[in-house]
Amino acid sequence: MTKTFATQLLAALLLAPLAATAAPLSDQLASYAAAAKSADPAFVGFSAARGKTLHTQAFALGKPDTPACTSCHGPDPRGAGKTPTGKVIEPVALSATPGRYADPAKVEKWFKRNCNEVLGRACTPLEKGDWLTFVSGQ
Amino acid sequence: MKIPVRPIVLAGLALAFSALVLSRAQAGGSHFFPPVADLQVKEECGSCHLAFPPSMLPARSWQRMMGDLKNHFGDDASLDPGLAAKITDYLVANAADNAGQRRGEKLIRGVDASSAPLRISELPKWVREHRKVPDWEWRHKDVRTRANCVACHADAERGYYDD
Repeated sequence: MTKTFATQLLAALLLAPLAATAAPLSDQLASYAAAAKSADPAFVGFSAARGKTLHTQAFALGKPDTPACTSCHGPDPRGAGKTPTGKVIEPVALSATPGRYADPAKVEKWFKRNCNEVLGRACTPLEKGDWLTFVSGQ
Repeated sequence: MKIPVRPIVLAGLALAFSALVLSRAQAGGSHFFPPVADLQVKEECGSCHLAFPPSMLPARSWQRMMGDLKNHFGDDASLDPGLAAKITDYLVANAADNAGQRRGEKLIRGVDASSAPLRISELPKWVREHRKVPDWEWRHKDVRTRANCVACHADAERGYYDD
């Protein structure tokens, strides 16, 4: 009895950091999925392919010097990007920057800023989910 | 008991000497502007550009800048109001005219007390210090903007702007 409890406690302690890094992103995707479904009942799931298009397409609807996501993030999701002031941006690919999307508030903050700069508007939950699906599979 | 005077005096001298060298390196002798030490400020002010040392602008400039983050040099950098207030406090407390910063005080010399400049690169002293940098260097693809300190000042992240 005591031994089982100790084992469970140990397992919980060991797994806690893993759960902490994996859960926020999947929770966030789930909430974007719910929002996408309520916006369009035909929604069946996010698509990495659509996310890739969103990431690479030149919209030129926001600021002139940032027509696309890749203007700053660079053409390769697994490679680093660079801001106009020369600051290095960690690769967007989750495999290249583990733990990058562990803070939902931070993710939202950058969607707000960057969608505005590239698209001249906020991104929809569908776009956010597609994009996160794309980069987390990279 | 015999106290070993000589080693103690020697050690004391060595310590005093290195302290002197260190303080000169940090304050007077070089172009040192203490980098942002607060992690939250560093994160919020240092994602898009170098987190500029607060001692590079007077307090009134930081207040003006933090009061209009929606129009931050062409970007919407607005923040949660509580966080913005915390950051403002840090910037003001360490501003050029507040923290007894020798270098900071020098840098803002000649700035009219009634004006609150937003661009460090428009301070008279900054302009003078950079007057020998030719136009083509500013336009170089690795420089592009006067906000890109690290392009030339390799140690800017650590507060050194000598080179």
